[in-house]
Amino acid sequence: MINRLAAKAIRDNGIKMHSMISYHGMFSALLILVPVLTLILLWLVFKGPVTDSIIMNGLPDLALVGRDVGGVQLVLAEIKSVASGRIFGTPEPWKIDAAGRFLEISNTADRLLIGVVAALALVLLLFARSRVSHDFRARQGVEGIVSGLMILCSTIAVFTTIGIVVSLTYETIRFLDAVPLSEFLFGTNWEPQIPLREDQIAAEGAFGWLPVFLGTLVITVIALLVAVPVGLFSAIYLNEFAPKKMRSFVKPMLEILAGVPTIVYGFFAILVVAPAMRSFGQSIGLDVAPNTALAAGGVMGVMLIPFISSFADDALSAVPQSLRDGALALGATRGEMMTTVLFPAALPGIVGGVLLAVSRAIGETMIVVMAAGLIAKMTINPLDSVTTVTVQIVTLLIGDTSFDNPKTLAAFALGMMLFLVTLMINIFALRVVRKYREAYD
Amino acid sequence: MNDMRKIEPDVTKTAAKITAREVNVHYGDTHAIKNVDVDIADKTVTAFIGPSGCGKSTFLRCLNRMNDTIDICRVAGRIELDGRDINHKSVDPVQLRAQVGMVFQKPNPFPKSIYDNIAYGPRIHGLAHSKTDLDEIVEKSLRRGAIWNEVKDRLNQPGTGLSGGQQQRLCIARAIATEPEVLLMDEPCSALDPIATAQVEELIDELRQTYSVVIVTHSMQQAARVSQKTAFFHLGSLVEFNDTDQIFTNPQDGRTESYITGKIG
Repeated sequence: MINRLAAKAIRDNGIKMHSMISYHGMFSALLILVPVLTLILLWLVFKGPVTDSIIMNGLPDLALVGRDVGGVQLVLAEIKSVASGRIFGTPEPWKIDAAGRFLEISNTADRLLIGVVAALALVLLLFARSRVSHDFRARQGVEGIVSGLMILCSTIAVFTTIGIVVSLTYETIRFLDAVPLSEFLFGTNWEPQIPLREDQIAAEGAFGWLPVFLGTLVITVIALLVAVPVGLFSAIYLNEFAPKKMRSFVKPMLEILAGVPTIVYGFFAILVVAPAMRSFGQSIGLDVAPNTALAAGGVMGVMLIPFISSFADDALSAVPQSLRDGALALGATRGEMMTTVLFPAALPGIVGGVLLAVSRAIGETMIVVMAAGLIAKMTINPLDSVTTVTVQIVTLLIGDTSFDNPKTLAAFALGMMLFLVTLMINIFALRVVRKYREAYD
Repeated sequence: MNDMRKIEPDVTKTAAKITAREVNVHYGDTHAIKNVDVDIADKTVTAFIGPSGCGKSTFLRCLNRMNDTIDICRVAGRIELDGRDINHKSVDPVQLRAQVGMVFQKPNPFPKSIYDNIAYGPRIHGLAHSKTDLDEIVEKSLRRGAIWNEVKDRLNQPGTGLSGGQQQRLCIARAIATEPEVLLMDEPCSALDPIATAQVEELIDELRQTYSVVIVTHSMQQAARVSQKTAFFHLGSLVEFNDTDQIFTNPQDGRTESYITGKIG
């Protein structure tokens, strides 16, 4: 690749190049690196399955007779562990045989890979070298390759999203085979503990998602009631009123708040906030549950403050100075300027922050797993114990589960609903913002 | 040369609206305005000219205490509006700015409707007692801003949708709506095309009937066209202050002459 550079340097003694020399170098580098890396990647992906199938085909016929899929996998695993030198007991001779062949094949494969890669690189190198001339458009070539890579990267996110949605949908449909849609959407009972094996004794199971969703709703609302006013006012204060020293101290503190892991908030909620609330409740004669929605939501609200305040702060700072001057020069106080000019102009950014906070609150898991309850209740009393969609997904999926009964599949259905709800909130909020925003050019 | 201000203005016989004495402004370590003394007469257009960075805008911003909004800016000296010290503790800068309106270099309409732009000042100062009052103020201000005919059918559309020249006249109308006594204009035409500039200049001339107007400009032709008095600033000092035709036809100071003939600046 470097020699391309040199070649070009000689070449432009006199003759005017179309592209800059560095583009020629970059062109050859990209032309070689991209296919070679792709090849190595594909090779590594397919090496495993291909060697496996060669090995299994080479086994004596009788070795696999009478084994199901799991049994075959087991044999393969055993062969591999023999190959890597971990021998348990005395394996049958055909297994040792197979292990020897396995090592051989994978060594050949590695050597083959090096050879193929070297050959490919050489071919590409020669090809790139032959393209070097004064009128070769290396810049366009480089730009084409780079933009192709960028397209690839940007589509990865899209395909991942599509993949997640498809798998969620698929599992949800399987769940709906077992539980009718109407029961799931409108049922007010959530007791997913159904027997996993014949010999277990458990309840029949009920899959109405309303109480669970209501719990999420209550906690989210509480969290936002804490986070939005506090975050917004702190942003407004820091942006417009705070002296410089104050600002340079408070802003980093808020950012530290954003860096606290949610599990820390979780035990803060359950070990500090919840007991404090309980004893306070008792002192004024209120019966407060040990796991309250208020404690979980309140702590989650604290977690969300930095989100909202930093988004609002950015949005307010982005409003042009000329608008501030204009308002002040008309005799507006700073407060009037804030409420009548800056705030409306910054509204889209502020709503963006709040939206992000809503999504975080709905999807937040750790705090609620620790601080909210497990039992689904149809209640909006913040002092009661509620459970959330995310908590239920966690409890459905941990422990002893199999992936073909309604209990586990219910987790996918809940995930699907969570996804749909967040999506709808986003779309709705975008509409609202578009309607009320006051665009400054 | 530093006695120029004592020459009695011929154009107007009215008393000084604003008197500034020994005004000094510091931006951090920079001494931006050095001992400036100026009398701004009522119902007169006073132009501040001078090369970029000479302090004319800074001085203008002293007159309605807009420099208060800049942390590192310190203003010293005495500035009187109708004989009252505007930097005195008892003076509320918010009320002062209602009395001394300002129009900026770049048109800065609020991202609101045309109506709300004009109604902004009257609303925050409680000048209108009813909806009809407010409607009247808006119409009157837009008429005086010479833009009524262009916008009367679309008062509810955003002010940011107007052309540059219209936006600037909207901003002037917005400043007039609070009924100021003095109107400060910081290079109001520098972002406008020649036609819009002509319209704004015409407007300035009309405003002179009612207000005392102070205009900062880079264009000496503009100063000559619209103003009756001209002050020439150089490196933070007031070099010469006199009737406009005196400044342009018979400058007393060598630096003024070099500037208006294009040798410095």
